[in-house]
Amino acid sequence: MFRGIGASPGVAIGKALVYKEEEIKIDGLPVKDINSELNALEKALTATKNQLQAIKTVTEKRLGADKAAIFEAHIMILEDPEMLSQVKDKLSSEGVSAAFALKSVVDSFVSIFDAMGDAYLKERAADIKDVGGRLLKNLLGLPIVDLSTLEEEVILVAHDLTPSDTATMNLDKVLGFITNIGGRTSHTAIMARTLEIPAIVGIGGITELVKAGDIIVLDGSNGEGYINPDSVTLEAFENKARDYREQREKLLALKDSVTITKDNRRVELACNIGTPKDVKGVLENGGEGVGLYRTEFLYMNRSSMPSEEEQFEAYREVLEKLEGKPVIIRTLDIGGDKELPYLSLPKEMNPFLGYRAIRICLDQPEIFKTQLRALLRASIYGNLKIMYPMISSVEEVRAANKILAEVKAELDAAKIPYSSDIEVGIMIEIPSAAVIGDMLIKEVDFFSIGTNDLIQYSTAVDRINEKISHLYEPFHPAVLRLIKLVIDHAHNGGKWVGMCGEMAGDTKLIPVLLGLGLDEFSMSAGAVLPARELIRGLSYQQLKKLAEGTLLLPTAEEIKKYVQENMTRSMA
Amino acid sequence: MKEKIIVINNETGIHARPAGLIVKEAQKYKCDIFLVKNESQYNCKSIMNILSLGGKKGDELLIRAIGEDAEAAVEALSRLLEGNLDA
Repeated sequence: MFRGIGASPGVAIGKALVYKEEEIKIDGLPVKDINSELNALEKALTATKNQLQAIKTVTEKRLGADKAAIFEAHIMILEDPEMLSQVKDKLSSEGVSAAFALKSVVDSFVSIFDAMGDAYLKERAADIKDVGGRLLKNLLGLPIVDLSTLEEEVILVAHDLTPSDTATMNLDKVLGFITNIGGRTSHTAIMARTLEIPAIVGIGGITELVKAGDIIVLDGSNGEGYINPDSVTLEAFENKARDYREQREKLLALKDSVTITKDNRRVELACNIGTPKDVKGVLENGGEGVGLYRTEFLYMNRSSMPSEEEQFEAYREVLEKLEGKPVIIRTLDIGGDKELPYLSLPKEMNPFLGYRAIRICLDQPEIFKTQLRALLRASIYGNLKIMYPMISSVEEVRAANKILAEVKAELDAAKIPYSSDIEVGIMIEIPSAAVIGDMLIKEVDFFSIGTNDLIQYSTAVDRINEKISHLYEPFHPAVLRLIKLVIDHAHNGGKWVGMCGEMAGDTKLIPVLLGLGLDEFSMSAGAVLPARELIRGLSYQQLKKLAEGTLLLPTAEEIKKYVQENMTRSMA
Repeated sequence: MKEKIIVINNETGIHARPAGLIVKEAQKYKCDIFLVKNESQYNCKSIMNILSLGGKKGDELLIRAIGEDAEAAVEALSRLLEGNLDA
C-alpha cells in the first residue's frame, strides 16, 4: 500500500507507466568496426527524425501550430551539422562507439548552454538534452516513453509532471497520476483536478517502488493506493470505482439546478480554468460561470509573448462558450513558481515576494496593454469581468485602472467596440489588501479571495516546501478572520465577494465560508456538483451561527472538530 | 570570400526562433557561412552554434561566406539579420 496527498478525486485502476529519466552509462572502450557504428548512427538519426515529426503532427492537431513549433526546433537540433560532425570525428579518430561519442558531444553542448547567464538559453540545454537523449535511446535500442503518443491506457507514475508534460500528453489514455512530490496546490494537482483525472501526489519514492506494467489501484479522494493488489483489494477498488461513477451520475441530476440553501440563500458556483479546452468540464459539471481563468497558460511553453490576436481568440472562445454566464479573466500572473523564460527574469531569493503578476504588468505596461486590448475586444462576445492579481495597495489598483482607461480610449479612437459594463475586480491574496479592503472596494466592483497565496502569506508558509507542508492550514484562525474581514469589507461597500482558491471547493470548508457570507465559490469543475448537493441541504441561518462560533476558537484543530460536530448534528 | 559587418536589430536578440530562421536561410546556399563575434566563428548552418553565440540587440557581427554563392548568401543573411527577426 502507498499513501500520499489525495490531489484529485476519483478511483483509477490500470497498468503503470513509469515516467522518469535514467542516467545512461556507456563505456568508452574501442570498437572494432567503425563503419557499422556510423551506419547505426544514421539509422538512429532517421528513426529519431520520424518520431519527432510524428509528435509534431500530433501536437499540431491537438494544440495548434504554435505549440508544435518547439518540435521543429528539436528536428533542427537533431540535424545540426556541428553536432553531427563532432560525433563522427570523435568516433573515427578515437575509435569509440557511436553511443559514447554522441553522449560526450551532447553532454559538452549541454554544459555550454547550461553555463550561459541567459535564462532562456539555459532552457535550451534542456532541449538539447531531450533530443540527444532520444537519439541515444534509439541508438541503443532502449524504450522511449512519449506522453503525446500513448496508445495504451495507463496510470502515469512520475517524479512530478511539468506543464509541458500535461500540455502534450494524450489525455484519452491517462487514467490517473501518482507522483513523488507535490501538494494540493502544485501544478500536477491543479491540472489533474481540471482534467478530472484521479491523482495522488507527494508519495515519496513511488517511482522506485513501481515497475512498468505493475497494476496500480488508487483513490484520489483519500490518497491511498496499492501496487499489484490481491484479488480482495482489487475487487474493493472496482466496487469503489463503480460507487464513484454511480455517485457522479446521481450528482449529474443537479447539473442544471440552482445553488441555493434550504432557507433560500443563493450563491454561485463557478469554475477555475487554465485554457479554453477546460470549458468543456465547466459545462458538463453545471458550473455557473468561470470564476478564474488563469491566462498565464497562454504565455507558458513558448518562446515569445502571445500576440493580441492569439489572446483575443482564446478569450473570445471562452466567453462565447459560456453563453452570457460570467467569466472572470485574471490578468497575467507570472513569477513566483511560474516562470517565463523569454522574459529573462533574473532568479530571485524570494520569488513569491518578488517581481510577479501585477508588479510586472505595471512595470512593463506594453505587456499589460496588449492583454487588456485583447480582453476588451473579446468583451462583446459574453459577460467579461477583469481581475488583477497580487494587489497589495490602492496605488496599484489605481495604476492598473489608469492603464485600462488608456486602452479604452485607444479603442474608442480606433472605433473598435467593447462592452460598456465590464466589472473590474481584484484578487485578495496579500494580507495588506485584506486589511485595507474597505479602501480597496471603493476602487473596484468585486473581490475574489485567492486562498492559496493568502494562507502562505499570512502564515509565512511556503506552500511548495514539503518540510513545512503540515503548517499550511486553511482552518488557521487567522486565515478565517482575514476571510471574514474581506467579506465584510466588500459587503459594507455594497459589492460582492468570491473565492477562487482551493478552499472554495473543499466541502469541509464550504459551510463555514457560506456562513461568513461568501457570494461566489470558484473551484475545479469536478468539485461543483458535490458542493451544490451539500449547499442545497444546508440552512444559511444555522451556518451564520456556525461561522461565528468558529471565530471564537483558538486553534485549527478545535475549529475542525467544532465544524465537523455541528455539521453531523445538522445533517442528522 | 565575402564579408559584411551588420548590427542585430531585433528586440530580443537571436533566440530560438530567429536562430531557426537564420539556419533555414543559410541552408539554402552551398557556401560555408559564418557569423563572427569577438573573433570567434559560428557556423550559420548550425542551430547550436548560432544559439551559443548569444546575440543581443545592438551587437555588431561580421557575416563571412566562403564558396561559390558567397555574395548572394551574405546579401540574404544581412537582410535577415538587420530586419526585424521577431516579425
